[in-house]
Amino acid sequence: MEVAIEARLQQEAAIRRRKREIWMERIFLSLAWVALLITMTVLLAILGKLFADGLTRINWQFLTSFPSRRPEAAGIFSAWVGTIYVMGLTAAIALPFGVGAAIYLEEFASRNWFTRLVELNINNLAGVPAIIYGLLGLQFFVRWFKMGESVLAGACTLALMSLPVIIVASREALRAVPNSIREAALALGATKWQTVRDHVLPLAIPGILTGTILALSRAIGEAAPLVTIGALTFVAFLPKSPLDPFTVLPIQAYNWVSRPQPEFHRNAAAALIVLLALLLLMNSIAIYLRNRYQQRWRI
Amino acid sequence: MKGTYRWVHWQERAVIVVFFTCAFVSVATTLAIAISLGVEAIGFFREVPLIRFLTEREWTPLFAIKKFGILPLVCGTFLVAGIAMIIAIPMGITIATYLAEYASERVRRLLKPVIEVLAGIPSVLYGYFALLFVTPLLQKFIPTLSGFNALSPGIVLAFMVLPTIASLSEDIIYAVPQSIREASLALGATKLQTTFRAVLPAAASGINAAILLGFSRAIGETMLVTIAAGQIPNLTINPLEPIQTMTAYIVQVSLGDVPHGSLEYQTIFAVGLSLFLITLVFNLLGLFLRERFIRTFQQLG
Repeated sequence: MEVAIEARLQQEAAIRRRKREIWMERIFLSLAWVALLITMTVLLAILGKLFADGLTRINWQFLTSFPSRRPEAAGIFSAWVGTIYVMGLTAAIALPFGVGAAIYLEEFASRNWFTRLVELNINNLAGVPAIIYGLLGLQFFVRWFKMGESVLAGACTLALMSLPVIIVASREALRAVPNSIREAALALGATKWQTVRDHVLPLAIPGILTGTILALSRAIGEAAPLVTIGALTFVAFLPKSPLDPFTVLPIQAYNWVSRPQPEFHRNAAAALIVLLALLLLMNSIAIYLRNRYQQRWRI
Repeated sequence: MKGTYRWVHWQERAVIVVFFTCAFVSVATTLAIAISLGVEAIGFFREVPLIRFLTEREWTPLFAIKKFGILPLVCGTFLVAGIAMIIAIPMGITIATYLAEYASERVRRLLKPVIEVLAGIPSVLYGYFALLFVTPLLQKFIPTLSGFNALSPGIVLAFMVLPTIASLSEDIIYAVPQSIREASLALGATKLQTTFRAVLPAAASGINAAILLGFSRAIGETMLVTIAAGQIPNLTINPLEPIQTMTAYIVQVSLGDVPHGSLEYQTIFAVGLSLFLITLVFNLLGLFLRERFIRTFQQLG
Protein backbone atom coordinates (compact mmCIF):
# COMPACT_ATOMS: atom_id res chain seq x y z
CA MET A 1 0.00 0.00 0.00
CA GLU A 2 2.66 2.49 1.08
CA VAL A 3 4.77 1.59 -1.93
CA ALA A 4 1.87 2.30 -4.29
CA ILE A 5 1.35 5.77 -2.81
CA GLU A 6 5.05 6.44 -3.04
CA ALA A 7 5.07 5.46 -6.72
CA ARG A 8 2.01 7.55 -7.40
CA LEU A 9 3.59 10.60 -5.75
CA GLN A 10 6.75 10.14 -7.74
CA GLN A 11 4.78 9.90 -10.95
CA GLU A 12 2.91 13.11 -10.16
CA ALA A 13 6.16 14.90 -9.36
CA ALA A 14 7.57 13.76 -12.67
CA ILE A 15 4.51 15.09 -14.51
CA ARG A 16 4.82 18.42 -12.67
CA ARG A 17 8.49 18.62 -13.61
CA ARG A 18 7.67 17.88 -17.18
CA LYS A 19 4.95 20.54 -17.26
CA ARG A 20 7.32 23.08 -15.76
CA GLU A 21 9.87 22.10 -18.34
CA ILE A 22 7.39 22.71 -21.16
CA TRP A 23 6.54 26.12 -19.72
CA MET A 24 10.19 27.05 -19.43
CA GLU A 25 10.70 26.10 -23.03
CA ARG A 26 7.74 28.23 -24.08
CA ILE A 27 9.08 31.17 -22.09
CA PHE A 28 12.51 30.83 -23.67
CA LEU A 29 11.07 30.65 -27.17
CA SER A 30 8.86 33.70 -26.55
CA LEU A 31 11.86 35.62 -25.24
CA ALA A 32 13.80 34.71 -28.35
CA TRP A 33 10.95 35.88 -30.57
CA VAL A 34 10.63 39.10 -28.60
CA ALA A 35 14.37 39.73 -29.04
CA LEU A 36 14.12 39.09 -32.77
CA LEU A 37 11.03 41.26 -33.03
CA ILE A 38 12.75 44.15 -31.23
CA THR A 39 15.74 43.83 -33.54
CA MET A 40 13.56 43.92 -36.66
CA THR A 41 11.57 46.86 -35.26
CA VAL A 42 14.75 48.84 -34.66
CA LEU A 43 15.97 48.09 -38.17
CA LEU A 44 12.64 49.20 -39.64
CA ALA A 45 12.53 52.28 -37.38
CA ILE A 46 16.00 53.35 -38.55
CA LEU A 47 15.07 53.00 -42.20
CA GLY A 48 11.58 54.47 -41.67
CA LYS A 49 12.91 57.56 -39.91
CA LEU A 50 15.60 58.01 -42.54
CA PHE A 51 13.28 57.76 -45.53
CA ALA A 52 10.54 59.84 -43.91
CA ASP A 53 13.03 62.65 -43.32
CA GLY A 54 15.15 62.53 -46.40
CA LEU A 55 13.44 60.93 -49.37
CA THR A 56 11.64 64.05 -50.56
CA ARG A 57 14.87 66.04 -50.41
CA ILE A 58 16.58 63.93 -53.06
CA ASN A 59 16.44 65.49 -56.51
CA TRP A 60 18.72 66.37 -59.36
CA GLN A 61 19.72 69.70 -57.80
CA PHE A 62 20.73 67.91 -54.55
CA LEU A 63 22.94 65.46 -56.40
CA THR A 64 24.66 68.08 -58.54
CA SER A 65 25.16 70.97 -56.09
CA PHE A 66 28.07 71.74 -53.84
CA PRO A 67 27.52 72.28 -50.10
CA SER A 68 26.15 75.66 -49.13
CA ARG A 69 25.28 77.79 -46.14
CA ARG A 70 21.66 77.72 -47.25
CA PRO A 71 20.26 74.24 -46.66
CA GLU A 72 17.87 74.34 -49.64
CA ALA A 73 20.69 75.18 -52.06
CA ALA A 74 23.15 72.64 -50.63
CA GLY A 75 23.97 69.36 -52.31
CA ILE A 76 26.23 66.37 -52.20
CA PHE A 77 28.07 66.60 -55.50
CA SER A 78 31.56 66.77 -53.99
CA ALA A 79 30.61 64.18 -51.36
CA TRP A 80 29.46 61.40 -53.66
CA VAL A 81 32.19 62.03 -56.20
CA GLY A 82 34.71 61.96 -53.33
CA THR A 83 33.24 58.74 -51.99
CA ILE A 84 33.56 56.97 -55.33
CA TYR A 85 37.04 58.40 -55.90
CA VAL A 86 38.30 57.27 -52.48
CA MET A 87 36.63 53.88 -52.85
CA GLY A 88 38.21 53.19 -56.24
CA LEU A 89 41.64 54.17 -55.04
CA THR A 90 41.22 52.14 -51.84
CA ALA A 91 40.31 49.06 -53.87
CA ALA A 92 43.29 49.58 -56.17
CA ILE A 93 45.64 49.70 -53.19
CA ALA A 94 44.08 47.09 -50.92
CA LEU A 95 43.22 44.36 -53.43
CA PRO A 96 46.75 43.43 -54.61
CA PHE A 97 48.18 43.47 -51.10
CA GLY A 98 45.23 41.54 -49.67
CA VAL A 99 45.28 38.87 -52.35
CA GLY A 100 49.08 38.63 -52.19
CA ALA A 101 49.04 38.12 -48.44
CA ALA A 102 46.25 35.55 -48.74
CA ILE A 103 48.13 33.62 -51.44
CA TYR A 104 51.26 33.63 -49.33
CA LEU A 105 49.45 32.36 -46.23
CA GLU A 106 47.34 29.74 -48.03
CA GLU A 107 49.65 28.46 -50.74
CA PHE A 108 53.26 29.15 -49.83
CA ALA A 109 53.75 29.65 -46.10
CA SER A 110 54.98 26.81 -43.97
CA ARG A 111 53.44 26.43 -40.55
CA ASN A 112 55.99 28.24 -38.43
CA TRP A 113 56.04 30.94 -35.77
CA PHE A 114 56.08 33.73 -38.33
CA THR A 115 52.92 32.47 -40.01
CA ARG A 116 51.22 32.17 -36.63
CA LEU A 117 52.33 35.69 -35.77
CA VAL A 118 50.93 37.05 -39.05
CA GLU A 119 47.62 35.26 -38.49
CA LEU A 120 47.25 36.47 -34.91
CA ASN A 121 48.19 39.92 -36.10
CA ILE A 122 45.56 39.95 -38.86
CA ASN A 123 42.88 38.80 -36.41
CA ASN A 124 43.85 41.51 -33.99
CA LEU A 125 43.99 44.21 -36.68
CA ALA A 126 40.41 43.33 -37.62
CA GLY A 127 39.40 44.41 -34.12
CA VAL A 128 41.37 47.66 -33.94
CA PRO A 129 38.94 50.63 -33.84
CA ALA A 130 38.61 52.49 -37.13
CA ILE A 131 39.65 55.76 -35.55
CA ILE A 132 43.05 54.30 -34.62
CA TYR A 133 43.67 53.75 -38.34
CA GLY A 134 42.80 57.42 -38.72
CA LEU A 135 45.57 58.39 -36.27
CA LEU A 136 47.97 56.10 -38.13
CA GLY A 137 47.03 57.73 -41.44
CA LEU A 138 47.32 61.23 -39.97
CA GLN A 139 50.83 60.58 -38.69
CA PHE A 140 52.27 58.49 -41.53
CA PHE A 141 50.46 59.44 -44.73
CA VAL A 142 49.41 63.03 -44.04
CA ARG A 143 52.46 64.24 -42.12
CA TRP A 144 55.50 62.00 -42.69
CA PHE A 145 54.79 60.98 -46.30
CA LYS A 146 53.58 64.55 -46.99
CA MET A 147 50.45 63.50 -48.85
CA GLY A 148 48.44 66.20 -47.05
CA GLU A 149 44.72 65.80 -46.36
CA SER A 150 44.28 64.22 -49.77
CA VAL A 151 42.26 61.52 -51.50
CA LEU A 152 45.43 59.43 -51.62
CA ALA A 153 46.04 59.68 -47.87
CA GLY A 154 42.40 58.74 -47.24
CA ALA A 155 42.56 55.79 -49.60
CA CYS A 156 45.80 54.50 -48.04
CA THR A 157 44.23 54.74 -44.60
CA LEU A 158 41.05 52.92 -45.62
CA ALA A 159 43.11 50.33 -47.51
CA LEU A 160 45.06 49.42 -44.37
CA MET A 161 41.79 49.29 -42.45
CA SER A 162 40.09 46.90 -44.88
CA LEU A 163 43.15 44.70 -45.49
CA PRO A 164 42.45 42.22 -42.65
CA VAL A 165 38.91 41.58 -43.91
CA ILE A 166 40.09 41.21 -47.51
CA ILE A 167 42.86 38.80 -46.48
CA VAL A 168 40.49 36.62 -44.46
CA ALA A 169 37.91 36.54 -47.27
CA SER A 170 40.55 35.80 -49.93
CA ARG A 171 42.00 32.98 -47.86
CA GLU A 172 38.57 31.41 -47.56
CA ALA A 173 38.08 31.69 -51.31
CA LEU A 174 41.46 30.05 -51.96
CA ARG A 175 40.77 27.32 -49.42
CA ALA A 176 37.49 26.52 -51.15
CA VAL A 177 39.37 25.47 -54.31
CA PRO A 178 39.74 21.68 -53.98
CA ASN A 179 43.19 20.23 -53.60
CA SER A 180 42.69 17.89 -56.54
CA ILE A 181 43.04 20.92 -58.85
CA ARG A 182 46.41 21.79 -57.35
CA GLU A 183 47.53 18.18 -57.42
CA ALA A 184 46.52 17.80 -61.06
CA ALA A 185 48.52 20.87 -62.08
CA LEU A 186 51.56 19.90 -60.01
CA ALA A 187 51.45 16.35 -61.33
CA LEU A 188 51.65 17.70 -64.89
CA GLY A 189 54.86 19.49 -63.96
CA ALA A 190 53.60 22.99 -63.22
CA THR A 191 55.48 24.90 -60.57
CA LYS A 192 53.73 26.16 -57.47
CA TRP A 193 53.33 29.66 -58.85
CA GLN A 194 52.10 28.39 -62.21
CA THR A 195 49.54 26.27 -60.37
CA VAL A 196 48.33 29.21 -58.33
CA ARG A 197 48.36 31.68 -61.22
CA ASP A 198 46.72 29.51 -63.87
CA HIS A 199 44.42 27.27 -61.86
CA VAL A 200 43.77 28.21 -58.25
CA LEU A 201 43.51 31.99 -58.50
CA PRO A 202 41.07 32.11 -61.45
CA LEU A 203 38.72 29.81 -59.56
CA ALA A 204 39.02 31.86 -56.37
CA ILE A 205 38.54 35.28 -57.97
CA PRO A 206 34.73 35.51 -57.56
CA GLY A 207 35.04 34.73 -53.86
CA ILE A 208 37.88 37.21 -53.48
CA LEU A 209 35.91 39.95 -55.23
CA THR A 210 32.83 39.26 -53.11
CA GLY A 211 34.87 39.60 -49.92
CA THR A 212 36.64 42.70 -51.17
CA ILE A 213 33.44 44.47 -52.14
CA LEU A 214 31.94 43.72 -48.73
CA ALA A 215 35.09 44.99 -46.99
CA LEU A 216 35.02 48.17 -49.09
CA SER A 217 31.38 48.81 -48.33
CA ARG A 218 32.23 48.59 -44.62
CA ALA A 219 35.13 50.98 -45.05
CA ILE A 220 33.30 53.56 -47.10
CA GLY A 221 30.47 53.91 -44.59
CA GLU A 222 32.98 54.70 -41.87
CA ALA A 223 33.61 58.41 -41.42
CA ALA A 224 35.86 58.28 -38.34
CA PRO A 225 39.27 57.54 -39.92
CA LEU A 226 38.76 60.11 -42.67
CA VAL A 227 37.67 62.77 -40.18
CA THR A 228 40.81 62.04 -38.20
CA ILE A 229 43.18 62.42 -41.14
CA GLY A 230 41.57 65.80 -41.74
CA ALA A 231 39.15 65.29 -44.63
CA LEU A 232 37.22 68.51 -44.97
CA THR A 233 33.56 69.00 -44.18
CA PHE A 234 32.95 71.82 -46.63
CA VAL A 235 34.29 71.13 -50.11
CA ALA A 236 32.98 73.27 -52.96
CA PHE A 237 35.04 71.66 -55.71
CA LEU A 238 35.75 68.22 -57.12
CA PRO A 239 39.10 66.54 -56.44
CA LYS A 240 41.02 66.49 -59.73
CA SER A 241 44.11 64.56 -58.70
CA PRO A 242 44.71 62.04 -55.90
CA LEU A 243 46.54 64.78 -53.99
CA ASP A 244 43.52 67.11 -53.77
CA PRO A 245 41.48 67.57 -50.61
CA PHE A 246 38.11 65.84 -50.54
CA THR A 247 35.03 64.96 -48.57
CA VAL A 248 32.85 61.84 -48.51
CA LEU A 249 29.14 61.17 -47.96
CA PRO A 250 29.30 60.07 -44.30
CA ILE A 251 31.39 63.12 -43.36
CA GLN A 252 29.02 65.44 -45.21
CA ALA A 253 26.08 63.80 -43.43
CA TYR A 254 27.84 64.08 -40.07
CA ASN A 255 28.47 67.77 -40.68
CA TRP A 256 24.79 68.38 -41.42
CA VAL A 257 23.53 66.28 -38.50
CA SER A 258 25.64 68.25 -36.06
CA ARG A 259 24.04 71.56 -37.07
CA PRO A 260 20.99 72.79 -35.17
CA GLN A 261 18.68 73.60 -38.12
CA PRO A 262 16.18 70.87 -39.03
CA GLU A 263 16.58 71.74 -42.74
CA PHE A 264 20.17 70.53 -42.54
CA HIS A 265 18.99 67.36 -40.80
CA ARG A 266 16.84 66.65 -43.85
CA ASN A 267 19.90 67.11 -46.03
CA ALA A 268 21.80 64.68 -43.81
CA ALA A 269 19.03 62.11 -44.15
CA ALA A 270 19.02 62.52 -47.92
CA ALA A 271 22.82 62.14 -48.06
CA LEU A 272 22.58 58.99 -45.93
CA ILE A 273 19.92 57.55 -48.26
CA VAL A 274 22.29 58.05 -51.18
CA LEU A 275 25.07 56.39 -49.16
CA LEU A 276 22.79 53.46 -48.31
CA ALA A 277 21.82 53.13 -51.96
CA LEU A 278 25.50 52.96 -52.87
CA LEU A 279 26.17 50.31 -50.20
CA LEU A 280 23.12 48.34 -51.35
CA LEU A 281 24.38 48.44 -54.92
CA MET A 282 27.80 47.16 -53.86
CA ASN A 283 26.30 44.38 -51.76
CA SER A 284 24.02 43.35 -54.61
CA ILE A 285 27.02 43.10 -56.92
CA ALA A 286 28.80 40.98 -54.30
CA ILE A 287 25.82 38.65 -53.90
CA TYR A 288 25.38 38.44 -57.67
CA LEU A 289 29.04 37.49 -58.13
CA ARG A 290 28.74 34.87 -55.42
CA ASN A 291 25.63 33.28 -56.90
CA ARG A 292 26.77 33.56 -60.50
CA TYR A 293 30.19 32.02 -60.08
CA GLN A 294 29.79 29.86 -57.03
CA GLN A 295 31.16 26.45 -57.96
CA ARG A 296 29.74 23.23 -56.67
CA TRP A 297 32.64 20.86 -56.49
CA ARG A 298 32.06 17.22 -57.11
CA ILE A 299 34.95 15.22 -55.81
CA MET B 1 64.98 24.83 -72.72
CA LYS B 2 67.49 25.38 -69.95
CA GLY B 3 66.91 29.13 -70.17
CA THR B 4 63.15 28.67 -69.78
CA TYR B 5 63.69 26.49 -66.77
CA ARG B 6 65.98 29.02 -65.16
CA TRP B 7 63.45 31.79 -65.85
CA VAL B 8 60.64 29.76 -64.28
CA HIS B 9 62.82 28.99 -61.27
CA TRP B 10 63.74 32.62 -60.85
CA GLN B 11 60.11 33.65 -61.21
CA GLU B 12 59.13 31.20 -58.50
CA ARG B 13 61.55 32.78 -56.05
CA ALA B 14 60.59 36.35 -56.91
CA VAL B 15 56.92 35.55 -56.47
CA ILE B 16 57.43 34.20 -52.97
CA VAL B 17 59.29 37.36 -51.98
CA VAL B 18 56.48 39.52 -53.38
CA PHE B 19 53.75 37.61 -51.56
CA PHE B 20 55.76 37.48 -48.37
CA THR B 21 56.02 41.27 -48.55
CA CYS B 22 52.24 41.52 -48.89
CA ALA B 23 51.77 39.37 -45.79
CA PHE B 24 54.35 41.49 -44.03
CA VAL B 25 52.28 44.62 -44.68
CA SER B 26 49.89 43.48 -41.97
CA VAL B 27 52.71 43.18 -39.45
CA ALA B 28 54.02 46.54 -40.61
CA THR B 29 50.56 48.04 -40.03
CA THR B 30 50.68 47.02 -36.38
CA LEU B 31 54.18 48.45 -36.07
CA ALA B 32 53.04 51.65 -37.77
CA ILE B 33 50.14 51.96 -35.31
CA ALA B 34 52.53 51.52 -32.41
CA ILE B 35 55.00 54.05 -33.84
CA SER B 36 52.46 56.69 -34.82
CA LEU B 37 50.72 56.53 -31.44
CA GLY B 38 53.93 56.09 -29.48
CA VAL B 39 55.96 58.96 -30.91
CA GLU B 40 53.35 61.63 -30.15
CA ALA B 41 52.32 60.02 -26.87
CA ILE B 42 55.95 60.14 -25.67
CA GLY B 43 56.01 63.84 -26.50
CA PHE B 44 52.78 64.24 -24.55
CA PHE B 45 53.97 62.34 -21.49
CA ARG B 46 57.13 64.43 -21.42
CA GLU B 47 54.92 67.47 -20.73
CA VAL B 48 52.25 65.74 -18.66
CA PRO B 49 53.42 63.06 -16.23
CA LEU B 50 51.64 59.72 -16.55
CA ILE B 51 50.43 59.91 -12.98
CA ARG B 52 48.53 63.16 -13.68
CA PHE B 53 47.08 61.63 -16.84
CA LEU B 54 45.74 58.66 -14.92
CA THR B 55 44.60 60.28 -11.67
CA GLU B 56 43.39 63.80 -12.40
CA ARG B 57 39.62 64.02 -12.53
CA GLU B 58 39.21 66.66 -15.21
CA TRP B 59 39.94 66.73 -18.95
CA THR B 60 40.24 70.29 -20.30
CA PRO B 61 43.20 70.38 -22.71
CA LEU B 62 41.45 72.86 -25.00
CA PHE B 63 40.70 75.39 -22.24
CA ALA B 64 42.89 78.11 -20.75
CA ILE B 65 43.37 76.14 -17.54
CA LYS B 66 44.52 72.80 -18.86
CA LYS B 67 43.78 69.58 -16.98
CA PHE B 68 44.86 66.25 -18.40
CA GLY B 69 43.01 63.55 -16.48
CA ILE B 70 41.73 60.92 -18.91
CA LEU B 71 39.30 59.50 -16.32
CA PRO B 72 36.22 61.40 -17.57
CA LEU B 73 36.77 60.18 -21.14
CA VAL B 74 37.34 56.58 -20.04
CA CYS B 75 34.30 56.81 -17.78
CA GLY B 76 32.13 58.16 -20.63
CA THR B 77 33.38 55.46 -22.98
CA PHE B 78 32.65 52.64 -20.56
CA LEU B 79 29.29 54.14 -19.60
CA VAL B 80 27.99 54.10 -23.18
CA ALA B 81 29.58 50.72 -23.96
CA GLY B 82 28.25 49.32 -20.67
CA ILE B 83 24.66 50.38 -21.45
CA ALA B 84 25.03 48.79 -24.88
CA MET B 85 26.33 45.53 -23.45
CA ILE B 86 23.57 45.28 -20.82
CA ILE B 87 21.12 45.14 -23.72
CA ALA B 88 23.21 43.38 -26.36
CA ILE B 89 24.54 40.44 -24.32
CA PRO B 90 21.22 38.88 -23.22
CA MET B 91 19.55 39.64 -26.54
CA GLY B 92 22.48 38.41 -28.58
CA ILE B 93 22.88 35.14 -26.72
CA THR B 94 19.12 34.47 -26.69
CA ILE B 95 18.89 35.03 -30.43
CA ALA B 96 22.03 32.99 -31.07
CA THR B 97 20.77 30.07 -28.96
CA TYR B 98 17.38 30.16 -30.64
CA LEU B 99 18.81 30.27 -34.15
CA ALA B 100 21.38 27.55 -33.54
CA GLU B 101 19.30 25.10 -31.47
CA TYR B 102 15.62 25.68 -32.18
CA ALA B 103 15.05 27.48 -35.48
CA SER B 104 14.54 25.45 -38.64
CA GLU B 105 17.25 25.67 -41.25
CA ARG B 106 15.00 27.90 -43.36
CA VAL B 107 14.31 30.39 -40.55
CA ARG B 108 18.00 30.39 -39.67
CA ARG B 109 19.06 31.15 -43.22
CA LEU B 110 16.46 33.88 -43.47
CA LEU B 111 17.07 35.66 -40.15
CA LYS B 112 20.84 35.57 -39.87
CA PRO B 113 21.49 37.86 -42.87
CA VAL B 114 18.77 40.25 -41.65
CA ILE B 115 20.56 40.60 -38.31
CA GLU B 116 23.87 41.05 -40.11
CA VAL B 117 22.36 43.96 -42.08
CA LEU B 118 22.54 45.89 -38.80
CA ALA B 119 26.33 45.54 -38.92
CA GLY B 120 26.43 47.07 -42.39
CA ILE B 121 24.58 50.28 -41.53
CA PRO B 122 27.00 53.24 -41.43
CA SER B 123 27.61 54.57 -37.93
CA VAL B 124 26.65 58.11 -38.94
CA LEU B 125 23.16 56.78 -39.66
CA TYR B 126 23.04 55.18 -36.20
CA GLY B 127 24.07 58.56 -34.81
CA TYR B 128 21.34 60.30 -36.79
CA PHE B 129 18.80 57.81 -35.45
CA ALA B 130 19.98 58.17 -31.84
CA LEU B 131 20.05 61.97 -31.87
CA LEU B 132 16.87 62.68 -33.80
CA PHE B 133 14.65 59.69 -32.99
CA VAL B 134 15.66 57.84 -29.83
CA THR B 135 16.57 60.87 -27.71
CA PRO B 136 13.29 62.78 -28.44
CA LEU B 137 11.37 59.54 -27.84
CA LEU B 138 13.07 58.94 -24.49
CA GLN B 139 12.55 62.57 -23.47
CA LYS B 140 8.80 61.95 -23.50
CA PHE B 141 9.29 59.42 -20.70
CA ILE B 142 12.31 61.00 -18.97
CA PRO B 143 11.83 64.79 -19.07
CA THR B 144 15.20 65.42 -17.38
CA LEU B 145 17.06 63.69 -20.22
CA SER B 146 19.50 66.11 -21.81
CA GLY B 147 19.61 66.52 -25.60
CA PHE B 148 23.03 64.89 -25.60
CA ASN B 149 23.30 61.94 -23.23
CA ALA B 150 24.87 58.53 -22.75
CA LEU B 151 21.60 56.59 -22.61
CA SER B 152 20.31 57.07 -26.14
CA PRO B 153 23.59 56.26 -28.00
CA GLY B 154 24.09 53.40 -25.53
CA ILE B 155 20.78 51.85 -26.53
CA VAL B 156 21.44 52.35 -30.24
CA LEU B 157 25.00 51.04 -29.88
CA ALA B 158 23.51 47.83 -28.49
CA PHE B 159 21.92 47.13 -31.86
CA MET B 160 25.13 48.00 -33.64
CA VAL B 161 27.14 45.37 -31.74
CA LEU B 162 24.27 42.88 -31.58
CA PRO B 163 25.20 41.30 -34.94
CA THR B 164 28.77 40.76 -33.74
CA ILE B 165 27.65 39.01 -30.55
CA ALA B 166 24.69 37.12 -32.03
CA SER B 167 26.41 36.02 -35.20
CA LEU B 168 29.71 34.94 -33.60
CA SER B 169 27.91 33.14 -30.74
CA GLU B 170 25.57 31.46 -33.20
CA ASP B 171 28.51 30.11 -35.19
CA ILE B 172 30.05 28.81 -31.97
CA ILE B 173 26.86 27.18 -30.61
CA TYR B 174 26.19 25.65 -34.02
CA ALA B 175 29.71 24.22 -34.01
CA VAL B 176 29.29 22.39 -30.69
CA PRO B 177 29.66 18.71 -31.65
CA GLN B 178 26.46 16.73 -32.04
CA SER B 179 27.85 14.04 -29.71
CA ILE B 180 27.43 16.40 -26.74
CA ARG B 181 23.73 16.89 -27.49
CA GLU B 182 23.22 13.19 -28.06
CA ALA B 183 24.94 12.27 -24.81
CA SER B 184 22.75 14.65 -22.86
CA LEU B 185 19.53 13.54 -24.56
CA ALA B 186 20.46 9.88 -24.09
CA LEU B 187 20.72 10.49 -20.35
CA GLY B 188 17.10 11.61 -20.39
CA ALA B 189 17.55 15.37 -20.43
CA THR B 190 14.96 17.41 -22.30
CA LYS B 191 15.88 19.62 -25.21
CA LEU B 192 15.86 22.75 -23.02
CA GLN B 193 18.04 21.09 -20.39
CA THR B 194 20.40 19.91 -23.10
CA THR B 195 20.62 23.42 -24.54
CA PHE B 196 21.23 25.18 -21.25
CA ARG B 197 23.21 22.60 -19.31
CA ALA B 198 25.22 20.84 -22.02
CA VAL B 199 25.46 22.92 -25.20
CA LEU B 200 25.80 26.44 -23.79
CA PRO B 201 28.41 25.47 -21.15
CA ALA B 202 30.36 23.71 -23.89
CA ALA B 203 30.19 26.87 -25.99
CA ALA B 204 30.96 29.18 -23.06
CA SER B 205 34.51 30.13 -24.01
CA GLY B 206 33.42 30.87 -27.57
CA ILE B 207 30.46 32.95 -26.40
CA ASN B 208 32.70 34.87 -24.03
CA ALA B 209 34.99 35.53 -26.98
CA ALA B 210 32.04 36.94 -28.95
CA ILE B 211 31.09 39.18 -26.01
CA LEU B 212 34.65 40.48 -25.64
CA LEU B 213 34.94 41.23 -29.35
CA GLY B 214 31.55 42.98 -29.23
CA PHE B 215 32.63 45.02 -26.22
CA SER B 216 35.85 46.03 -27.90
CA ARG B 217 33.82 47.17 -30.91
CA ALA B 218 31.49 49.16 -28.65
CA ILE B 219 34.44 50.92 -27.03
CA GLY B 220 35.97 51.87 -30.38
CA GLU B 221 32.73 53.08 -31.98
CA THR B 222 33.10 56.69 -32.96
CA MET B 223 30.56 58.60 -35.05
CA LEU B 224 27.47 57.40 -33.18
CA VAL B 225 28.73 58.61 -29.82
CA THR B 226 30.22 61.77 -31.29
CA ILE B 227 26.84 62.73 -32.74
CA ALA B 228 24.54 61.71 -29.90
CA ALA B 229 26.49 61.64 -26.61
CA GLY B 230 27.90 65.15 -26.62
CA GLN B 231 31.27 66.84 -26.30
CA ILE B 232 31.49 67.40 -22.55
CA PRO B 233 34.06 65.32 -20.65
CA ASN B 234 32.01 64.51 -17.60
CA LEU B 235 33.07 62.19 -14.79
CA THR B 236 29.65 60.72 -14.11
CA ILE B 237 27.76 57.47 -14.25
CA ASN B 238 24.47 59.26 -14.76
CA PRO B 239 23.30 58.18 -18.23
CA LEU B 240 21.00 61.19 -18.56
CA GLU B 241 23.83 63.72 -18.77
CA PRO B 242 26.00 64.64 -21.75
CA ILE B 243 29.41 62.97 -21.73
CA GLN B 244 32.37 62.59 -24.05
CA THR B 245 34.00 59.35 -25.10
CA MET B 246 37.65 58.88 -26.00
CA THR B 247 36.75 58.49 -29.67
CA ALA B 248 34.53 61.58 -29.66
CA TYR B 249 37.39 63.64 -28.23
CA ILE B 250 39.69 62.55 -31.06
CA VAL B 251 37.05 63.61 -33.60
CA GLN B 252 36.50 66.94 -31.86
CA VAL B 253 40.20 67.82 -32.02
CA SER B 254 40.54 66.50 -35.59
CA LEU B 255 37.75 68.80 -36.76
CA GLY B 256 39.23 71.88 -35.12
CA ASP B 257 42.41 73.45 -36.43
CA VAL B 258 44.93 72.47 -33.81
CA PRO B 259 48.47 72.93 -35.19
CA HIS B 260 50.37 69.68 -35.83
CA GLY B 261 52.96 69.03 -33.14
CA SER B 262 51.34 71.12 -30.39
CA LEU B 263 50.47 69.67 -27.00
CA GLU B 264 46.75 69.70 -27.91
CA TYR B 265 47.59 67.72 -31.04
CA GLN B 266 49.56 65.23 -28.98
CA THR B 267 46.61 64.67 -26.64
CA ILE B 268 44.66 62.79 -29.32
CA PHE B 269 47.54 60.35 -29.67
CA ALA B 270 47.74 59.86 -25.92
CA VAL B 271 43.98 59.21 -25.88
CA GLY B 272 44.31 57.02 -28.99
CA LEU B 273 47.08 54.99 -27.36
CA SER B 274 44.90 54.41 -24.28
CA LEU B 275 41.99 53.35 -26.51
CA PHE B 276 44.26 51.06 -28.52
CA LEU B 277 45.64 49.37 -25.41
CA ILE B 278 42.17 48.83 -23.91
CA THR B 279 40.78 47.28 -27.10
CA LEU B 280 43.98 45.27 -27.56
CA VAL B 281 43.46 43.55 -24.21
CA PHE B 282 39.85 42.70 -25.05
CA ASN B 283 40.71 41.54 -28.57
CA LEU B 284 43.58 39.30 -27.54
CA LEU B 285 41.55 37.80 -24.69
CA GLY B 286 38.66 37.20 -27.09
CA LEU B 287 40.92 35.62 -29.72
CA PHE B 288 42.53 33.42 -27.06
CA LEU B 289 39.15 32.16 -25.83
CA ARG B 290 37.93 31.47 -29.37
CA GLU B 291 41.11 29.58 -30.15
CA ARG B 292 40.62 27.50 -27.01
CA PHE B 293 37.05 26.66 -27.99
CA ILE B 294 38.11 25.56 -31.47
CA ARG B 295 41.01 23.49 -30.13
CA THR B 296 38.87 21.74 -27.50
CA PHE B 297 36.39 20.51 -30.07
CA GLN B 298 38.93 19.67 -32.73
CA GLN B 299 40.28 17.11 -30.28
CA LEU B 300 36.77 15.72 -29.76
CA GLY B 301 36.50 15.35 -33.51
